Amino acid sequence: MPVPAYSFLLLSGVLFTMGAVGFLVRRNPLVVFMCIELMLNAVNLAFVAMSRYLNSLDGVVFAFLVITVAAAEVVVGIAIIVQVYRAGRPMDVDDLDLMKE
Amino acid sequence: MMDTLAPFVLIAPLAGFLVNALFGRVLPRRAVAWIGAGSVGIAFIFAVNLLLQLLTGAQPLDQTYFTWWQSSDFNVPFNLYVDQLSSLMILVITGVGFLIHVYSIGYMREDPGYSRFFAYMNLFVFAMLLLVLSGNLLWLIIGWAGVGLSSYLLIGFWFERTSAVLAARKAFVMNTIGDVGMVFAAFLIFLNLRVLDYRGLFARVHELPKGGAVITAICLLLLVGAVAKSAQLPLHTWLPDAMEGPTPVSALIHAATMVTAGVYLVARMHLLYDWAPAAAATVAVIGGVTAIFAATIGTSQVDIKRILAYSTMSQIGYMFLAVGIGAYAAGMFHFMTHAFFKALLFMAAGNVIHAFHDDQDIRHMGNLRAGLPITFWTFLVGTLSISGFPLLAGFFSKDEIIRAALSAPGTEFWLGVIALITAGLTAYYMFRLFFIAFGWEWLSHDDRHLHEALPVQTIPLVILAVGAVVGGYIPVANFLSPVFGHAVEVGTGAFIGLAALSVLVALIGFSIAYLLHARRPDLAVVWRTRLGPIHTLVEHKYFIDELYDRVFVRPGLALARFLNDIVEPRVIDGAVNGIADFFLLEAREFRLIQTGRVGTYALWTLGGAIGVVLVVAAFLGYLPVRLGG
Repeated sequence: MPVPAYSFLLLSGVLFTMGAVGFLVRRNPLVVFMCIELMLNAVNLAFVAMSRYLNSLDGVVFAFLVITVAAAEVVVGIAIIVQVYRAGRPMDVDDLDLMKE
Repeated sequence: MMDTLAPFVLIAPLAGFLVNALFGRVLPRRAVAWIGAGSVGIAFIFAVNLLLQLLTGAQPLDQTYFTWWQSSDFNVPFNLYVDQLSSLMILVITGVGFLIHVYSIGYMREDPGYSRFFAYMNLFVFAMLLLVLSGNLLWLIIGWAGVGLSSYLLIGFWFERTSAVLAARKAFVMNTIGDVGMVFAAFLIFLNLRVLDYRGLFARVHELPKGGAVITAICLLLLVGAVAKSAQLPLHTWLPDAMEGPTPVSALIHAATMVTAGVYLVARMHLLYDWAPAAAATVAVIGGVTAIFAATIGTSQVDIKRILAYSTMSQIGYMFLAVGIGAYAAGMFHFMTHAFFKALLFMAAGNVIHAFHDDQDIRHMGNLRAGLPITFWTFLVGTLSISGFPLLAGFFSKDEIIRAALSAPGTEFWLGVIALITAGLTAYYMFRLFFIAFGWEWLSHDDRHLHEALPVQTIPLVILAVGAVVGGYIPVANFLSPVFGHAVEVGTGAFIGLAALSVLVALIGFSIAYLLHARRPDLAVVWRTRLGPIHTLVEHKYFIDELYDRVFVRPGLALARFLNDIVEPRVIDGAVNGIADFFLLEAREFRLIQTGRVGTYALWTLGGAIGVVLVVAAFLGYLPVRLGG
């Protein structure tokens, strides 16, 4: 018996919400990053599920695009985190507020 | 047979150029000379072969070798067009060109840029042959630009001289004006007839209304190119300056071949000019006016090469006059004889200049018969020929043009009168040059030891002198009749009558020169003061250079300075910096929104994303709100 599409979308929504909430409440940059990954992969799951459901490859292509972007984004993010760590600053996203006037 | 031979006329000088340009620095000088002159000699042999085939009844060739571009109905083939006209042209280019290359072996023997010189010369010959042999307008323009380029390179050959660089630049700019005219003419032809190759063009030109605006515009634009290349009024000022180049360059490019490309162009496009009488009349008027204009300037110059340069302008004026009134064969005939005697005069002048250690002022020369006998006698032959001495080459070809003009009605008759007066002026300025530079024999104190040039320089002179004597007996008009149709037969009476008239005019010119510059030099001084302002006007070339300087060069410079000093810093930089400043100013307000906290940004992002989803959903009708249609 095939698994209906809505169950995938439901799972995707739950994962996304978990990621979003984690992103907002956690203060450790590494965890924040993991939350971002969670959100992105939730979206990927929705893409792939709908791709299968609609018999179209468009969703899969988009999922690949998202994976690529996520990889690039992790590279930049980790680099920033390493620099912050080397500068001897605490690992707290709320303390990094240099953009403020 | 012809279709396989014709490309070799082009390939030989191209190969010579490539070898000398790429390996000339490492090759011994002797090899450079052999390659440089030999490649043109080989081209000459092929050209003679083509001529023989045409003479023995072969059909003119129009052979497509490959297609360069093909895009819907825009088709550019590479085709060569060998008929009697282009055959005559390539014979003169390669024949006279070969002699000039041989001469250069001696003339340039001490120059450090030996291989560069021969590479450029071969490049020129290649471009000129391409110009002539091309069977469509696009390749014609490529050759046209190619000769302009090699002319530029050769005028500026001694690039350590500022004057040479300036002269080269001037020639290039003037020629580019002409190139633009040519390109626009090609545009117009393609727009109206959808063809670029000659055969198609000649077949379809009659679809345009005769004398209509389109065909007249095409012919006038082509004329712009012809005028610039052939140094006719008003684009003539580059030619005298072009004498900064080495003398063989002046002989080859600025006397015998390149500057006559304009004449060739009009003759090649004669079906178009026949179809646009107004444009043809313009050609004739420009030619006639230039002929007398340049001849008068020639009477007052003291630089031997500049006198010859003005003489060239004047003689090309004759050719323009001829092709303008439809006497195409006469124009091409004069082109051929002119190539003989003008190349001869230039190369002889080169020998004299060398003998006087690069001094070109004729007032410093004199009494050359003992020191430079071959140069002296061949120069005399050239002078006689250009002055129209009976039975020499220049006599026949010039008379044919004058006769054609005089036997026509209206304006053309008056152009014929101008041409006749110019013939007298020609005899005057050429013999003035001859008497001052070569025959100052009443100055007895001559202790200079002048040395005749090498045989490699004098033998080409002798060969050209033979051409300048017997060239008039070559039945060019007859040979060209398949292209231009048969010329009108002239009665013997008219022929002799006009010949007598032109000889009389030339004799008057000669006598004045003899009186003023050989017998009574004191009279020349008297007349110079008596003519006062006229002499000043002529001596300064009618102040055309100064006029162009005031009208074009200085306003151009002033405009450039204005743009650089005012527009660039204030307007352009002002706009760019102004935009940057504006955003800097605005950003100061928006900066206050920034908290620096990632959490805040993420909330905003989430809120925005939800907003976007809601709006899209509303548009698509999933929400109970109605947005848009």
